[in-house]
Amino acid sequence: MPDLLIELFSEEIPARMQARAAEDLRARMTDALVEAGLTYAGAVAFATPRRLALTVQGLSAASPTLREERKGPRVDAPEKAIEGFLRGAGVSREDLEIRNEKKGRVYVATVTRPGRPAAEIVAEELEKLIRSFPWPKSMRWGSGSLRWVRPLHSILCILTDEGGGAQVVEMEVDGIRAGNLTRGHRFTAPDAFSVVSFDDYTAKLKRAHVVLDADERAGAIWHDATNRAFAAGFEVVEDRGLLAEVAGLVEWPVVLMGEIGDDFLDLPAEVLQTSMREHQKFFSVRNPATGQIERFVTVANIEAADHGATILAGNQKVLAARLSDAKFFWENDLRTVREKGLEGMAEGLRDVTFHNKLGSQADRVERIAALAREIAPLVGAKPDLAAEAARVCKADLQSEMVGEFPELQGVMGRYYAQAAGLAPEIAAACEEHYKPLGPGDTVPSAPVSVAVALADKIDTLAGFWAIDEKPTGSKDPYALRRAALGVIRLVLGNGLRVNLTDLFESHFATRDAGTLAPFFDDAYLAKIIDLLAFLHDRLKVHLRDEGIRHDVIDACLSLDGSAPAGATPGNDDLTLLVHRARALGDFLKTDDGENLLQGFKRANNILRQAEEKDGVEYSYGADVKFAETDEERALFAALDRAEPQITQALEAEDFAAAMAAMAALRAPIDAFFDAVQVNADNAVIRRNRLNLLNRIRTICLQAADLTQVAG
Amino acid sequence: MDHAPARPRSFQEIILRLQTYWAAQGCAMLQPYDMEVGAGTFHPATTLRALGTRPWAAAYVQPSRRPTDGRYGENPNRLQHYYQYQVLIKPSPPDLQALYLGSLAAIGIDLALHDVRFVEDDWESPTLGAWGLGWEVWCDGMEVSQFTYFQQVGGHDCHPVSGELTYGLERLAMYVLGADHVMEMPFNDPDAPIPLRYGDVFRQAEEEYSRFNFDVANTEVLLDHFEEAEAECAAILAAPAEDPRTGKRIVMAHPAYDQCIKASHIFNLLDARGVISVTERQTYIGRVRALARMCADAFVQTEAGGLAD
Repeated sequence: MPDLLIELFSEEIPARMQARAAEDLRARMTDALVEAGLTYAGAVAFATPRRLALTVQGLSAASPTLREERKGPRVDAPEKAIEGFLRGAGVSREDLEIRNEKKGRVYVATVTRPGRPAAEIVAEELEKLIRSFPWPKSMRWGSGSLRWVRPLHSILCILTDEGGGAQVVEMEVDGIRAGNLTRGHRFTAPDAFSVVSFDDYTAKLKRAHVVLDADERAGAIWHDATNRAFAAGFEVVEDRGLLAEVAGLVEWPVVLMGEIGDDFLDLPAEVLQTSMREHQKFFSVRNPATGQIERFVTVANIEAADHGATILAGNQKVLAARLSDAKFFWENDLRTVREKGLEGMAEGLRDVTFHNKLGSQADRVERIAALAREIAPLVGAKPDLAAEAARVCKADLQSEMVGEFPELQGVMGRYYAQAAGLAPEIAAACEEHYKPLGPGDTVPSAPVSVAVALADKIDTLAGFWAIDEKPTGSKDPYALRRAALGVIRLVLGNGLRVNLTDLFESHFATRDAGTLAPFFDDAYLAKIIDLLAFLHDRLKVHLRDEGIRHDVIDACLSLDGSAPAGATPGNDDLTLLVHRARALGDFLKTDDGENLLQGFKRANNILRQAEEKDGVEYSYGADVKFAETDEERALFAALDRAEPQITQALEAEDFAAAMAAMAALRAPIDAFFDAVQVNADNAVIRRNRLNLLNRIRTICLQAADLTQVAG
Repeated sequence: MDHAPARPRSFQEIILRLQTYWAAQGCAMLQPYDMEVGAGTFHPATTLRALGTRPWAAAYVQPSRRPTDGRYGENPNRLQHYYQYQVLIKPSPPDLQALYLGSLAAIGIDLALHDVRFVEDDWESPTLGAWGLGWEVWCDGMEVSQFTYFQQVGGHDCHPVSGELTYGLERLAMYVLGADHVMEMPFNDPDAPIPLRYGDVFRQAEEEYSRFNFDVANTEVLLDHFEEAEAECAAILAAPAEDPRTGKRIVMAHPAYDQCIKASHIFNLLDARGVISVTERQTYIGRVRALARMCADAFVQTEAGGLAD
């Protein structure tokens, strides 16, 4: 059982692509080997800035010889058919057997596919893999036509047998011949060396200043960084994304810690962190005593003779230039805010197009402000405050700082609102109205923030629905799914009771808010219904993670049964909808719930068949005086008891109580079906029983459309 | 690793060393193009010569103008007029990275003491309809060069692929010379009888052009110039290929491309004057790109563009 080692050595691979590429190499190569008839014990892939490597342990030395029988035509088939069969199977007529089958005497060929040595298979599959590797972006170089992420320089491909002997796999791609050579660190160990096995490879690489495993590099960086910071009485601000990226930028990480000049320590922490991370790939280092970012950690790729003094001095100088820019932006922005206020800063939004059919950013802000004012009372915020917050919430998009660092939008808004002396609620809303940004982000709870956040997202959704720019498949350029999830989480997270369609409708109709008014035409109602259906779809996805089933939500959505889900009154109150779904979901998990569901379905089926057959609807009141059995009478009594309880509970939106009252029906319904034949010979009794079943159906449908529930 | 030579002492010495180095690697030492351009890439020695099949190796300094970057000569790093050093080799040689690193050593960067890294940065010029993959090269955390394998220029796939190196000379020189403000950097040898600093040479012009670019350039005249350049470019290319005077087939890709360069620079000036809105911006870029594409189409119909090959 030999081991296979492959290394694809190239110019620098973008850090963000390395992990995925290593995984693609492992999965594709091992799949191809298995497909070709080989087996293996284990496989691990690695990536550094200059190489992708794969080790496959315990690979079979050759693929097995395969024998396969192929049935052919009948012996009396036309000559042409028989010849065709011979060609296809690659055998001659003497090799054919004749067998008696159901359809007569037929020819049978035995085809032998000889096994192939592993090296041959590896060579073939590796070439295919290199030529079709799924890089997110690839390129050509020189005069060649091969595509790789950056120029590919060499291929190492060896099979190591159990005795430790290594054999180079003979292969070539576009003039690059596979061998047993690789190289170490670009600057400190540039010469080629040969390897005989994976262990030999990693050990020699390490001596040549290359740590093959990205996790090992990340671990070493984090360990050294935290140690250094700790020794100086500081702590490193954790940043996993940055750690992974930096580990992909070096083969031999060397951690250095430097100081941020005193001039810059009064910049907001977010600005320091963002500037250092985005421009320089520095980690921020905090002084726990002051809570401020006072130092940085940078990771070099080389062990320099002066212990990194030159490198650190250079980095410090670059940082100072960067932070001078940031300080310049910060001070200019503060001056603007002091002189003209945040609304003054926002003036330029008039010249920024939001979307050519939806006007400028200023138009958008006006719409958000009008909507925030309307939402405010529903969420316990003062309308004037919410509208004021909305009017300034996008102002920081015009700041120099956000121009430089778009990811600081919102954060800078908060700082500038504070500097402008605005109410703390407004400053908070400037930052929080973007939230929640994804499934993992927190949901704001401050009323003004909630009002503006909802208004912002509803305006986006209503706007793009108005102009028919809905997400399709994987395309969602305006992040409308995220906006919809934002609305859902804001409503549910704060337990808000709002009828979203009312908000959509008035948003379309608000003429003084400008640019949606042209879309307030005959089609707008259909658009609103469609938008609500989109929200329902996102809601189902969201609730699935909470363990609430699709069909349970559908049951709660289509209470009306006949109308489309979007148009049913109350379906746009997501909080109510979810309470109902949760209560129903819980109920259906109980024994009573499960049985009641079966009882309902049985009643509904019998009724439907009878109604179809008789062409009438059995909705006329059943009368207990026609009841013949105790079970029938007991069901009447139970329904009489439960009906007002359920109606009352539903009116009070106490779904748990409604479900409890429904649970009480389970036993009488079960007993009824056990003892009573609905389709009695006596027509009067039959009609009365069908009408009784209708009472069950009506009661259940009041709570949810149980016909939608599976099982 | 070879030990780096003594550190250079002036801005011009760095340029001279780069010239000497790339000449030794076999590049033709060209001179700057005699028109206003935004970057060294606009020089026809790069834009046009990256097209077609003929081998090419050239290096040159190109004065470059970015009107929006003017800071009246006060900012330590930003200039509206600065120099780029540009190398273009077609097909890209397999050891281009090593050659490039050799040039850093030649200007006094000791590769055993500094941290040089190739960090992903894909280059794209929407006005030239050109893109390539490569890196920005970092030295101790500072971007010192752009390194690009051209994949497309003027909408044409590059076959073979050119390797392009662009050095931002002022920034690189400031780092090597240890200058904190560009205007303080020695331009010639500090011990020369008349020592000149960068500011002695350029501060006056920076101040004047900053004012001109931001506030004085006549936007109506510029808008007219843009239209004229655009029309002229199309007219030049619309002329029949056969020259009535000589009877030879002469496709005028270069004169047309001059008009494309002109349009591009006028667009930059209009942008600095703040008279182009966000939506118009895309339209203008698209118009310049259309010119670049027409010029590229024309160049590949010339002998230098490899028509006969």
